Amino acid sequence: MRRPLAALLIVLTLPVAGCGRVEPWVKPYERAQLEDPIMDRDRDPVSSSYVRHVYETREGARGATGGVSGGCGCN
Amino acid sequence: MRHAIATLLLLAPAPPIAADMLADDRADVMYHRYDGGGVTVDGPSLLVRKKFAEQYAVTAGYYLDMVSSASIDVVTTASPYSEERSEYGLGFEYLRGKTTYDLGFSSSKEDDYEANTARFSISQDMFSDLTTVSLSFARGWDKVYRQGDEAFSEKADRRVYGIDISQIATRRLIVGLSWDTVTEEGYLNSPYRSVRYLDPASASGYSYEPERYPGTRTGSAVALRARYNFPYRFALHGEYRYYADDWDIRAHTLEVGYTHGFADRWIVEARYRYHTQEGADFYSDLFPRSNFQDYLARDKELSTMSSQTFGFGLSYEFAAPWLRFLERSSVNLKYDVIRYDYDDFRDLRYTGLEAGDEPLYFFDANVVQLYFSGWF
Repeated sequence: MRRPLAALLIVLTLPVAGCGRVEPWVKPYERAQLEDPIMDRDRDPVSSSYVRHVYETREGARGATGGVSGGCGCN
Repeated sequence: MRHAIATLLLLAPAPPIAADMLADDRADVMYHRYDGGGVTVDGPSLLVRKKFAEQYAVTAGYYLDMVSSASIDVVTTASPYSEERSEYGLGFEYLRGKTTYDLGFSSSKEDDYEANTARFSISQDMFSDLTTVSLSFARGWDKVYRQGDEAFSEKADRRVYGIDISQIATRRLIVGLSWDTVTEEGYLNSPYRSVRYLDPASASGYSYEPERYPGTRTGSAVALRARYNFPYRFALHGEYRYYADDWDIRAHTLEVGYTHGFADRWIVEARYRYHTQEGADFYSDLFPRSNFQDYLARDKELSTMSSQTFGFGLSYEFAAPWLRFLERSSVNLKYDVIRYDYDDFRDLRYTGLEAGDEPLYFFDANVVQLYFSGWF
């Protein structure tokens, strides 16, 4: 399982190695709409981690929630 | 450990959309309550975050579950019980240029289970801060005990590898991709739970024997998400996740949600989440005979099942004169109703039926979060 992960990391970082500065198509001063709290999917970490906990303990799937997953000892 | 355990206080940094800065100082105090399927879990949660010199941040958390369980597993094979699980977490962040380093520890303890987890992640803003890439690794060390059996002591180890990419696509659209791989090794089943098998010698037609899981498990999940801010300050978001592991669990999870801010003080949100999964290959509600195969499970979390969540949230931001040390504050209420439907887990509270003819089990859960947040 580690080999595919390492390969993906290499693929993901390759573009960075070959690129200089990228001209942003959304300028910093154009990001006001993105900085609104309603655009923050982890606006309240105390809540999002609790909700993740509720699901991980009662379902067979876990991970890729974008937050921190320590895994689940769901025995 | 009779209820499932997840480590939740790993205290990840909350990456701000504006790059080159750590998230604001804040404190959250929450009361949480889960009530469903004969199980009530409630308690407080506390999370405090403080920056130093704009480059460093420390996060500390405390979480308590007070469990009162008369779940279907308990009422059919054991006795109702109460227990507590407490968890402490500590996190450190260091911002250097466009790179954030994060180190976190958490420790969870209850009478018959201990879980310690360490985590490291590195986040990099790139392409003029349009893209944030985070790589993370977590390692967990669990100890499993059994009530009433001093000699019983087992271990379980866990590794979590994660990648998270957040991308500003337009002035109003953010998209994201996450991938986690979790590997576990050790004692992965419950020392209490049983499976049932057909037994003509029994009056009920079936008997129980202890469950038995493989000693390893590897699973991966990948998720795609998007969030768009429409005019008049409302946002829609959508997310899809696919999960698969070597126990043959396959799961699809879809969530859509609506978030509306108005009057600069209120945020209202609604969401719908659908989850469906195929069960583990060694799961059965009713095995044909005792010791039917090497591995045996009747844990409904590993069965073929689905869940639906209808969630609502309301936040009110205010500045109170008696809280002058806080720049701003908010009170928040979130309420979720979750419906769990099991396709291969039968309700054994119904007796007098042929084994395997009992109705399928389902239940509704109510989840409440009430919390206060203060920024200082």
